[in-house]
Amino acid sequence: MPIFSLSDFAKEQLQAVQDYSLLAGRSVSNLFAQPRYFADTLLQADLVGVGSLPIVVLTGFFTGAVLALQTSSTLQQFGSLSLTGQLVSLSMVRELGPVLTGLMVAGRNSSGMASELGSMKVTEQIDAMRAMGVDPSKKLVTPRVFAAVVMLFFLSIISDLVGLTGGFMISYLLLGLDANQYWTTAYQSLRFGDVVMGLTKPAIFGFIIATIGCYYGLSAKGGTQGVGRATTQAVVAASVLILVSDFFLTRLLMGFFQY
Amino acid sequence: MPGTDLPVAERKPSLSGGAAPIIRFDDVAIAFDHPVLEGVSFGLPRGETKILMGVSGTGKTLILKLALGLLKPDSGKIIVCGEEITSMREEQLFDLRRNIGMVFQESALFDSLNVEENVAYRLIEETGDVTEEIHQRVLEALRFVELEHTVFLFPSELSGGMRRRVGIARAIITNPEVLLYDSPTGGLDPVTSNTIIELIVKQRDLYRTSSLMVTHRLQDAFTMASHYFDREQNKMLPNADSSRDLHTTFLILRDGKVIFEGTAPELLRNHDPYIREYLS
Repeated sequence: MPIFSLSDFAKEQLQAVQDYSLLAGRSVSNLFAQPRYFADTLLQADLVGVGSLPIVVLTGFFTGAVLALQTSSTLQQFGSLSLTGQLVSLSMVRELGPVLTGLMVAGRNSSGMASELGSMKVTEQIDAMRAMGVDPSKKLVTPRVFAAVVMLFFLSIISDLVGLTGGFMISYLLLGLDANQYWTTAYQSLRFGDVVMGLTKPAIFGFIIATIGCYYGLSAKGGTQGVGRATTQAVVAASVLILVSDFFLTRLLMGFFQY
Repeated sequence: MPGTDLPVAERKPSLSGGAAPIIRFDDVAIAFDHPVLEGVSFGLPRGETKILMGVSGTGKTLILKLALGLLKPDSGKIIVCGEEITSMREEQLFDLRRNIGMVFQESALFDSLNVEENVAYRLIEETGDVTEEIHQRVLEALRFVELEHTVFLFPSELSGGMRRRVGIARAIITNPEVLLYDSPTGGLDPVTSNTIIELIVKQRDLYRTSSLMVTHRLQDAFTMASHYFDREQNKMLPNADSSRDLHTTFLILRDGKVIFEGTAPELLRNHDPYIREYLS
């Protein structure tokens, strides 16, 4: 008897992709069907949005600050220290704001969703919900997905702002740049495409975070060990998917806005 | 002893609706890594209680999950409340499941909700909040299982037996046509088990709700088959002269197949060596 069957492995992976796609599809189609769970959505928005605010602000601020610090020496060599604001602005808005926010929220909420739903799965609470005529995808998945998409959008904006502030603090206090010069170059360098790119990504990342967290939670089996495994897998998968999709989204949007 | 108050305000007899079984399995088979159920056929007449027995892993709980539509069989037909559920979509099953109450093995109470919210879960789904009417129905259901005082407690604050009783209250609050009990006394001490069995007998004899009950405990099964609930004395009594029809039958599974279906006396008279050994 073979220890490892390639065909079984391929079937399992295909099944996982199919199950994930169905769950993700249902999470969207449920938005257009009754019942809708506004209270659950608000609760999730609070957990994802308000709950993640401190780590998003901290990571955003220090990323902006370190960006200004690291690039200052190179820019100084070319006599372009005045471009620090532009560099921090473009980096934060187009790339680092959405990606770092996505990764932080993935680490915090994807795992939370996977462990919460996983615990419900292994203690038969999901089956109990279905047995009582309640659709878990409507009650549990859609509120989480909707809340994550909306909240990540706003969290990214906040991250961009505090990142720019962090860059400004370094530029003004350590590099001696003029405040007006920093904010003017930071603002004027942004094009419409940059802003669209910076606001499209978090919505996609929010969708990935919630659907992956819910998928691994609802697929958990094997007791508490299974819940732990699902939690770890959710964070890893969500983080990797965020980075991979970031590349393809960037390429797509760069083509669209003709960079 | 449990009180005789009705668990819900609008009780209706579940015997109406014709002679067709309320649950019917026709040649049902399902396999995971290996076949678990093979050619299982049986019917649950309206108003009857059927006790499913067999050693672990023979597919007893699976039968309950199949009857609820939580799993789909590989082959065969399952008819519940007149509907062929094997070909129904999940969305269609949600409506059907509102007619079925299930008591899970480990209660499966929602640990983030208190007892009232757990018991009223289905009703809150319809109204959106705990109204005064719902609160009264919760109290009635909890009174039936003698746990009226636990209404604002959380599942973590209850003992194992209390959780099972809350599970029963949650299952009966909407007055379902069918009740499914998955090892309701599993892991409980004999005294608590007896309390649970008395509640199930009470539900059976006062409301004649059609039920499927999975159990490992022979004692519980034979208590159900040999006792009735006396409304006047408000307690469970032995059916000493066997004068009452208790509408309780047995179904024994072995290796995923039905090897016996019949009443308690028929089971005791059976000469199959496996059944003799199982009963001994």
